[in-house]
Amino acid sequence: MRGLRRRVDPLDYAGRVWMRTFFGMVFILLYAPVVLMMAFSFNDSKRNIVWRGFTTKYYEKAWNNDGLIEAFINSLTIAAINTVVATTLGAMVALLLWRFRFPFKSAYEGFMALPIVIPEICMGVAMLAFFSRIGWPTGMPWPLNLSAIIVAHVAFSFPFVAIVVRARMAGFNRELEEASRDLGATEWQTFRHVIFPYMRPGLVAGALLAFTLSLDDFVITFFTSGPETVTFPVKVYSMVRFSVTPEVNAASTVLVVITLIVAALMLRVQRPDHAGAQ
Amino acid sequence: MESFRKNQRVFWTLASPGSFWLLFFFLVPLGIVWMLSFGEKAVIDGKISITETEITWTLANYVRALADPVYLVIIWKSVWISALATILCLVIAYPVAFVISFASRRWQPWLLLAVILPFWINLLIRTYALIAVFRTRGYVNFTLEWIYDALWLDRLFGPFEPLELLYNDFAVVAGLVYVFMPFMVLPLYASIERLDRSMLEASLDLGASQMATFLRVTVPLTMPGIVSGLILVFIPCLGSFLTADLLGGTNATMIGNVIERQFKAANDWPFGSALSFLLMYVTFGILALRALLTRDAETRA
Repeated sequence: MRGLRRRVDPLDYAGRVWMRTFFGMVFILLYAPVVLMMAFSFNDSKRNIVWRGFTTKYYEKAWNNDGLIEAFINSLTIAAINTVVATTLGAMVALLLWRFRFPFKSAYEGFMALPIVIPEICMGVAMLAFFSRIGWPTGMPWPLNLSAIIVAHVAFSFPFVAIVVRARMAGFNRELEEASRDLGATEWQTFRHVIFPYMRPGLVAGALLAFTLSLDDFVITFFTSGPETVTFPVKVYSMVRFSVTPEVNAASTVLVVITLIVAALMLRVQRPDHAGAQ
Repeated sequence: MESFRKNQRVFWTLASPGSFWLLFFFLVPLGIVWMLSFGEKAVIDGKISITETEITWTLANYVRALADPVYLVIIWKSVWISALATILCLVIAYPVAFVISFASRRWQPWLLLAVILPFWINLLIRTYALIAVFRTRGYVNFTLEWIYDALWLDRLFGPFEPLELLYNDFAVVAGLVYVFMPFMVLPLYASIERLDRSMLEASLDLGASQMATFLRVTVPLTMPGIVSGLILVFIPCLGSFLTADLLGGTNATMIGNVIERQFKAANDWPFGSALSFLLMYVTFGILALRALLTRDAETRA
């Protein structure tokens, strides 16, 4: 009877059965829709939600859907270019804020945080109005026709990179930088051999964040993409509007798996023992 | 930290690219929308043009947004749907954050990860996944029908009538709670984790019940986390477009959907611009209010 009569520690909230049950239920509700969607992408039935046997035919169908594949390639291209540009810009802003004191610094930080705080739809319509007003060239050959989307993605993702990299730099011992300069290293040498090695995990984490932010974005892309420049989420959206089909499930499953891989990589990089905090 | 004067070359090299990008590809676009919000459709050769807009510095778009009952109803509806979703998020996320904070050190990061991982998954896909759950022949109705039949209710009352769970306010609120829950758990966890446990012990030792301790010690001490969570959830809810679009159908429209319609189908950019600036002013108002409250709390402390 020990298990039943055990005196519950009044502060052991995580040990209470009802709290644990509640947590478990929330956990299941959070995951069930996505897991069911992924599982039923292998279901050999078009409409029913009853399991009718395993099949990969919807993956084949998605693979043979040219529009979908084109959108997928567009998304990956945009995400890749965005990652490079946003990581560079974000890292520079992070170094700036980490290293220098300057007038109106907190106002500048607020300005940098603007793309993070304003509602996505406002930024989306702003991009739409901007590109049509200034007459951003359209109808250029691939991949130049993706430039408008890339410009918008960089604008909302590099402030996130700046935050991640700056958080990493907060742990840097400034004396190392001073020592490097005292020993005669130039600005570039100090950056290359002292600051950069320390910054690298933050850069990788920031880059992975920029990649997923770009790959996942729907709202802002929805307003900046044209008929020639459809990205994966925009394509899925137009498919969803028609019906819920296993083909969309299959395509979405692929995207979820990619996202989870990137998230796992990011966790690995940010783990303290991998972060190179010597 | 060194002064920017000491090393101007490095300072300007680091400052220019990011600042220029944000200036030209963020602030200028917002400026254009701001100007458009004071515009009206241009009149060319006596006809109202569909594509051209003239900036006449009229306030008509704002007046229309705030005085036309059609839009007032939608604004009001967006506010209460967002508020309801935010409150539900708090009620659900508080116990979740509590369990995580009081779990053993070894488990904490994993439990936290389990709750925030869905945040990484594409918003569109998570919303889409909910359609399959709620639709007439979806998982919820399927489960209900199974229970109904198992209880032999179909022999008493006739066959199971599936519930209409999609394309109404309920679906939008459920969708918002599902999508934005992680935003609530994080700040709550951060403040519960920092909670001085001896305060709770003292309260319990002095004879307060668990309920009294929770209401009069735990909740006041974790108030900063609660406020942060409420703001972090309410702002994206209010500006959301996808959830109401996919789960709400024509009956449950929010401000975001009206803005989208003005810029796409209805092609009334000035009005859409005015609406998006109203949305932004509300967002900034909430953020400013919080900044004031934190400063107040800091000066008092």
